[in-house]
Amino acid sequence: MASVLEERREPAVAPSLSARSRRRSELTGPDRALGAALTVAGLIPTLALAFLAYQMVKEAYPAIIFNGWHFFTSKTFTIGNLYAPIQHKRGYAAPHGASYGVLPLLVGTLLSSVFALILAVPVSVAGAILLVEKLPQRIQGTLGIFLELLAGIPSVVFGLWGVYTFGPLLSRTVYKWVDSLGIPWLSGHTGAGEGLATASVVLAVMIIPIIASITRELVRSVPTVAKEGAVALGLTPSETVRYVTIPYVRTGIIAAAVLGWARALGETIAVLIISGNALNIYPHSIFAPFSTMAATIAAFLDSALTDPTGMAVHALAQVGLVLLAVTILTNFGGRLLTRRFADQALPVGRGV
Amino acid sequence: MRTRRAVTDRLFWGFCFLAFALIAAPSVSMLISVAHQAAPAVGWSLFSQTTKGIGIQNAILGTLLLLLGVLIVAGTIGVAAGVYLAEFASGRSEKVLRFFSEVLAGMPSIVIGYIGYITLVVQFHWGYSLLAAVIALSVLVMPYIVKTTEVALRQVPSVLREGAAGLGMPRYSTLGRILVPTALPAITSGLIVALAISTGELAPLLFTAGFSDHNPRLQLFHQQVPYLTNVIFTDLALPGKRPHATSAAAALVSLVILIVLIVAGRIVAGRARRNTARMSL
Repeated sequence: MASVLEERREPAVAPSLSARSRRRSELTGPDRALGAALTVAGLIPTLALAFLAYQMVKEAYPAIIFNGWHFFTSKTFTIGNLYAPIQHKRGYAAPHGASYGVLPLLVGTLLSSVFALILAVPVSVAGAILLVEKLPQRIQGTLGIFLELLAGIPSVVFGLWGVYTFGPLLSRTVYKWVDSLGIPWLSGHTGAGEGLATASVVLAVMIIPIIASITRELVRSVPTVAKEGAVALGLTPSETVRYVTIPYVRTGIIAAAVLGWARALGETIAVLIISGNALNIYPHSIFAPFSTMAATIAAFLDSALTDPTGMAVHALAQVGLVLLAVTILTNFGGRLLTRRFADQALPVGRGV
Repeated sequence: MRTRRAVTDRLFWGFCFLAFALIAAPSVSMLISVAHQAAPAVGWSLFSQTTKGIGIQNAILGTLLLLLGVLIVAGTIGVAAGVYLAEFASGRSEKVLRFFSEVLAGMPSIVIGYIGYITLVVQFHWGYSLLAAVIALSVLVMPYIVKTTEVALRQVPSVLREGAAGLGMPRYSTLGRILVPTALPAITSGLIVALAISTGELAPLLFTAGFSDHNPRLQLFHQQVPYLTNVIFTDLALPGKRPHATSAAAALVSLVILIVLIVAGRIVAGRARRNTARMSL
């Protein structure tokens, strides 16, 4: 009876088993060792991410308990009076008067990065299209150097340039003009050019090479046949770009914008130098000083370490955790968007 | 009607030219303003003296040492992980590992610096040290290397793999003799990009590398490492004209390192393009 069952079952199971054993026997000893070593290496980025996330949560945990919802409703971030008696709340100690509110930092991070994105996307896409569609091949390569140069310039240098050269220039010219229009929130004391507007423009310059270089590769990948078809139908070059190239690369541009956004969210040093480091207030105009989560962590860590209860350092970890969450959420959002647009993005038909 | 379309066309390309000018202008402006501010400090003393005097020799050596460390740590692991994702992993595990590597690429650099400080510097008692700095930088640039290696290997025509399998080559020699040599230029240009990023980073180093006025030593622990971006950042806050010029000179030197890396990358990438063009015939 058992043998009959065995026989009946065998054909169903045997092919996959034999296929697997055959593949295994093909692998020699060194192959298996190499495979094992590479598997370990392949796991390291994921392990590094897990370690970072675990340490972040562990570091932030006391602050999460201590702060409760106060963290997201308060606009005051202060490490408290280190000379006064220590206060206790929910089982954790913190200096008297300590208050950790992330709201203005969250607002500053989102505003500056979204402004940067709004400025950077059209400029990068138009620049990339010009580079590929209009300029001869020889110049393309040479001019492409600007993109690589911008991408590699240290963010400290961006900060210095923004605060000494570009900010004052903008303040003297563009900001004066915008201010004179008298639109609410778009007018105010422009100062020497430190603040939200300059930081957003400099962030835009920093993320342009990311978006532009990806767009450049995408535009290059548009099949010539489709463009030739458009030209044959009598479309002008700009109409070809609008009806053929842009729809073809739209998904990729969204993905590139999300990458650029992530960089703008996490940018630390340049923003630290240009923002004007306003604490505990919302920017009351587009020229007002402000601060972001990343810049605050860098600015505060030194003084936070003087807090004997250690709560200030934990609170900074919580700020970092929020920053991380925002970055990952934008990443997910970008993925969803690209998936949604993926079906619509093929009016030209791939593989024509 | 026809003229209106022609005008729209002109306007569109005019806008594109303007956009490209907006991309090119900042890098030119930055180069000029940095070179202008650095001019008083440029001289032989910049390279022969440390920051204790009026030079930045220690910072230059420190930055080069950090780059070497990143090349060893992130280079080895990143390339191996990229090879794994392109050639060995399959199905679900491949997707999951790639996704997490991409998430790691979006990790804010200050978060990496913070965790580096809390764990490596404080908890592990390494102090501000070379190893802590190299690991923080490596975590930052590893995802780029993984991605470029993976893409480079995927661009190798599958005909070559099939040919090798048909000849009965074991996988390790297929990899070592055929796939990696073919993809090597593209992998190298990925490594160069990673080095360029490392040259310009400050946030992850601020709390892991420390700084010292002495030349860096080949000591992994408890020895602070000077580096260029720190000189740019801190000397700027010092009073007087001299530190400002030194700060700008450090910026100029890191821009020169950057340009050297870009040119090297272009040469290598050009070779990569020729390689794949030859292979795909």
